[in-house]
Amino acid sequence: MDILSLFITVPVLTILALVFTKGLRQARIVSMIGSLIQLAMTINLVFAYFKERDINQDIMVFTKDVVWFEQFNIHYAIGVDGISVALLLLTAIVVLAGVFISWKMSDLPKEFFISLIVLSIGVYGFFISLDLFTMFVFFEIAVIPMYLLIGIWGTGPREYAAMKLTLMLMGASAILLVAILGIYFNSNTDGGPLTFNILEIAKVNIPFEVQKLFFPLTFIGFAVIGALFPFHTWSPDGHASAPTAVSMLHAGVLMKLGGYGVFRVAMYLLPEGAQYWSWFFIILAAIGVIYGAFSAIKQTDLKYINAYSSVSHLGLVLFALLMLNKTAWNGAILQSLSHGFMTALFFALIGMIYERTHTRDVRKLGGLLKVIPFISAIYVIAGLASLGLPGFSGFVAEMNIFVGAFEHDDMFYRIVTIVSVSAIVVTAVYILRVVGIMLMGPVKNKAFLSLEKVTWYEQLGILLLLIPIVGMGVAPLWISDMILASLHPFIHGVP
Amino acid sequence: MNLGYILLIPLIPLVVFLLLGIFNQRIKPAISGYIGVFGLLVSTILSCYAAYQYFFVHGKVNGVYQTFVEKTVWMNFSDTLHIDMGIFIDPISVMMLVVVSTVSLMVHIYSRGYMKGDDGYTKFFAFLSLFSFSMYGLVLATNLFQIYIFWELVGVSSYLLIGYYYTKESAVAAAKKAFIVTRFADLGFLIGILIMGYYTGTYDFETLNDPEGNAILNWASTSFMGLSVLTWGLILIFIGGAGKSAMFPLHIWLPDAMEGPTPVSALIHAATMVVAGVFLVARLFPMYYFIEDGFALNIVAFVGAFSALFAAIIAITQTDIKRVLAFSTMSQLGYMMLALGVSGYDGHEGLGYMASMFHLFTHAMFKALLFLGAGSVIHAVHSNYLKDMGGLRKYMPITNITFLIAALAISGVPPFAGFFSKDEILVAVYEHNKLLYFVGVFVAGLTAFYMFRIYFGIFWGKETKYEHKPHESPISMTFPLLFLALMSILGGFIPFSDFVTADKAGFEAHLNYPLAAVAVVVGLIGIVLAWVFYKKESDLADRLANFFGPLYQWTSDKFYFDAIYLFITKKILFKRVAAPIAWFDRNIVDGTMNLIGNSTVKTSEKIKGMQSGKVQDYAFAFMAGVVILAIVFVYLWAE
Repeated sequence: MDILSLFITVPVLTILALVFTKGLRQARIVSMIGSLIQLAMTINLVFAYFKERDINQDIMVFTKDVVWFEQFNIHYAIGVDGISVALLLLTAIVVLAGVFISWKMSDLPKEFFISLIVLSIGVYGFFISLDLFTMFVFFEIAVIPMYLLIGIWGTGPREYAAMKLTLMLMGASAILLVAILGIYFNSNTDGGPLTFNILEIAKVNIPFEVQKLFFPLTFIGFAVIGALFPFHTWSPDGHASAPTAVSMLHAGVLMKLGGYGVFRVAMYLLPEGAQYWSWFFIILAAIGVIYGAFSAIKQTDLKYINAYSSVSHLGLVLFALLMLNKTAWNGAILQSLSHGFMTALFFALIGMIYERTHTRDVRKLGGLLKVIPFISAIYVIAGLASLGLPGFSGFVAEMNIFVGAFEHDDMFYRIVTIVSVSAIVVTAVYILRVVGIMLMGPVKNKAFLSLEKVTWYEQLGILLLLIPIVGMGVAPLWISDMILASLHPFIHGVP
Repeated sequence: MNLGYILLIPLIPLVVFLLLGIFNQRIKPAISGYIGVFGLLVSTILSCYAAYQYFFVHGKVNGVYQTFVEKTVWMNFSDTLHIDMGIFIDPISVMMLVVVSTVSLMVHIYSRGYMKGDDGYTKFFAFLSLFSFSMYGLVLATNLFQIYIFWELVGVSSYLLIGYYYTKESAVAAAKKAFIVTRFADLGFLIGILIMGYYTGTYDFETLNDPEGNAILNWASTSFMGLSVLTWGLILIFIGGAGKSAMFPLHIWLPDAMEGPTPVSALIHAATMVVAGVFLVARLFPMYYFIEDGFALNIVAFVGAFSALFAAIIAITQTDIKRVLAFSTMSQLGYMMLALGVSGYDGHEGLGYMASMFHLFTHAMFKALLFLGAGSVIHAVHSNYLKDMGGLRKYMPITNITFLIAALAISGVPPFAGFFSKDEILVAVYEHNKLLYFVGVFVAGLTAFYMFRIYFGIFWGKETKYEHKPHESPISMTFPLLFLALMSILGGFIPFSDFVTADKAGFEAHLNYPLAAVAVVVGLIGIVLAWVFYKKESDLADRLANFFGPLYQWTSDKFYFDAIYLFITKKILFKRVAAPIAWFDRNIVDGTMNLIGNSTVKTSEKIKGMQSGKVQDYAFAFMAGVVILAIVFVYLWAE
């Protein structure tokens, strides 16, 4: 078995093992072991990747190609570059942290963990696919379990939220399918057979008219899950109703599929279309950045605050991708990673606070720093990371984005860039507002004085997410250079 | 010059911070205090050694102080642009090392007494170490991005320390305000950095500041709205500096920052962090001076002069002694900016630059002393307000004497440190612009007045009835006072013009006797007036306040700048921007999505009726279909 297919096989085996478990205790142990193996494999992959890169200068390494459906030339084609390796690492860490955070999931535990792992299969598959059709299939595998996870294990108006989320993402998928087929039927303009293979299509010159037609469809199809304004409203409701681990996985990993898909498919295969349309989507992305931040100021539910903050942060990812240069793209990928870790950490912490105080309304909370110091201190740290403090991953990502965006020197780009940069102030406002109201100040509720201290599995989950945030922020060189080196071939269609 | 050990200067406080931060609960308070002090002591010794090595042994080659740089790439943006981390050794960074070390060490020692018995004792020392690390990183920065990184880190240390008493609502609000206002200023700084990077292709101070370099020679190549883009960049960077150094109109966070523990005010909000803005302008001085004939530098001068005057006026009417000192700090920082703003570059022309750095040095000593003295008083009477103090000279002799020395120093009375540095500033301004000179002299008078107003108010005047008899502070607190008092006496005799000058070559500075005499006389008038008003019990001050009525009220309310800011943030940004956006999102954007969903459901509800389940209906529909199809087919065939 090759090194990448294992990423699908191990979760499948984990699910098989889960089927035979009984009760929470067994289910969580099996899930933990499965995710732990997965993380170990990812770390191994990072080292293997660096070793392979020294001798192999192909765009993708560890490639494998098996015919899946011959008639339409659909392949199970896989391979990775620095970007997918980085995102696989993110996924493995967030999944493991999610398992730790769900340590006490007593409600249908077996089914819960199975759905969680199924979701992760979709994500892993998506990040290693090189075939558009396979990629699409994995994309759907990742989205469907969301419905169950929110609908069954959620809180509040969970059915409404689950339905809304699924329908909006399905709508986007429909658009995406049209786009993928459109690309497929134009993949032989140079005379070869029709193909879904990304690397093959990239060699073909798709006519400008076709690119112009299909770029917006591809972009929107992917960007909806990346919370593109104005298609972001599924995200606050979805997050608010989802159980903690699902919010973590969803905001931490699933929403990254959007940016990754835009980058890997829309930008790479339709570069001229991207240039033609970029101004339009830049406006949407820039609106998302500033709009998400301002919306977050007025929210009172912690999960809504974080969801709108995600709209703002992920708006920055799309914004950076549309800048069409290496520095900004590097920033986009780094921001995806950084936001993945940070937002998963936030949702984990919000879950812990909710479990203890039974409320997510910031106005009812207060003085938590006094009663649950560990969780609160980490919340402050996560907040500082989120507002782009140097020393944490967010800063590294944002600076790449801003420097990249500044490389365009006409008025339009200058204005949208400055608008997006100014989000750093608004972000500080909503983060410090929550920190001030919820963590500092006097203890508002007597019942808070006897809150349960943080547990070992919660600490493990937190540390898993915190280490990469600090690691990337303090020593960004290796990961930033790994991504930067992989960006080289993608810039080909863009002057 | 061997730079290896200089790296230890910032790293030791970092290690101390991590140690105290991670093992917070497990370290006994007494031990954490010693760890903090010891760490800073080592850093201080290394800093002094570095200063000795640089200024007297290795630094000067052919009469010019050299720049030593050691750096490594931290992150690559593109083939040309990257962020480096490293250390940058030149006269001002070495001088700053000494300033930061001395004050920080004294504050560490002092805090062992002042913070004794506090719940968060270990945490407090952890934050102090974090701040010291960040501040060292800032002064040693080799490029714009590195300085920005540490700039943000000192900002967050300041946030954490202002909000140290986090259960107090006012402290939380002050911390938030300080962070957000400076963050807003940093937005300018960041855009300035982006401009510099894009148009000059580098962030390196050495390359940017080279008078024969690309950046300075070709400043005119791109312009925007009539000014060089680099001038815009410098103005934006100055906004960042103005935010940190509490220049008008970004000063509003500094008085509130006094919510933090007093040692913090002494270290961060008087001696070190707030001078970062001055340091930044000094760091980029060649650019400010040469680009567009110093256009941006003129802005620095006027903003500095105005802030100096504005703050000095407000300081007169404040009743909280820490706030008086805060406005005094703002005023003195304005002085430093003013001096930089009027400075030239070569030789004696660069008097303003030298004077600014000189004043930065002496001010750090006597202002830290004033704050620590105020802390000692607050420690004794448990209040910040002048009305709760009076006649304390009997109870607190050491605090009294040292506070007096500091007050004399800031008032520019010879032979104390402030006299020398202030005199150089006034000479530099006099040579450049007479109007600004008069502002400077007037501010000198005001300074002496408000400083002796609080001095007499605290240590003389009517004795307040104290619940507990006040007593002198313990040795851990009085030792730093004595040491800093010594520095405030001797600091002025350092021949700064030999060491720290714009062109790094040094020049002969002389006292300008007529100007010095004017400044001293004005200062003495201020002191005498304060004596008349406040030393004896009299209602003269109240009568005067009544006489000026509204003007007094305006000044006392800090010209309502806080109200203006509150109006902008609460009324405009929250009510008119954020709230409508949140509403728009819930109702319009999400409403549209729900509408699509609901209308789908409704449509299906409507069509649903067709599936009635009655066989007759289906048979009818079937028949109708057959007939219609038949007609269509017949029609088509007939064609």
